[in-house]
Amino acid sequence: MTKSELIDKFSRDADISRQRAALLVDAFFESLTESLGDGGRVELRTFGNFSVRDYEPYVGRNPKSGDSVYVPAKRLPYFKPSSQLRDKLAGK
Amino acid sequence: MRKLDLANQVKERIGGISKKEAGILVNLLLDTVRDTLLRGENVKISGFGSFVVRAKNDRVGRNPHSGEELLIPARKVLTFKPSQLLRDRLNEK
Repeated sequence: MTKSELIDKFSRDADISRQRAALLVDAFFESLTESLGDGGRVELRTFGNFSVRDYEPYVGRNPKSGDSVYVPAKRLPYFKPSSQLRDKLAGK
Repeated sequence: MRKLDLANQVKERIGGISKKEAGILVNLLLDTVRDTLLRGENVKISGFGSFVVRAKNDRVGRNPHSGEELLIPARKVLTFKPSQLLRDRLNEK
């Protein structure tokens, strides 16, 4: 499902106009991005938690050429689904 | 930050709705995403990332405490793959 399909489905589920649904979907993911950018953690109880993890720099290898490459320190987002959602997906 | 804080930010961003309404709509949006994932369908948000449902096979695992072997049944797991844009946003400045 793409963002545009999500907007369609959300507008039907929530019984709001497509335009309003699009505005909300954008505002939601934009707010989430901003909070993560500030290094924050976002806890969405029934859905899951988003956090930001720091990674140290390391020397990696280009798997094709075998050349060493320096990989600088970076931050990556991490999502941990709620246990409720994990159990449901696992068919429990 | 919790759901209510996020709903508040959404309210600030779009304006013209109450805090309560923003909270309800954020919940409904999360329900829509969750229902889609539970049907086994991936959700791709351009500029943010993809929620991917992956099928895992049965495997024999071990209880790390007792050392006992046990069968971990086939199941579906959810992973999040951030978009390049989100990765860049987190590494700005």
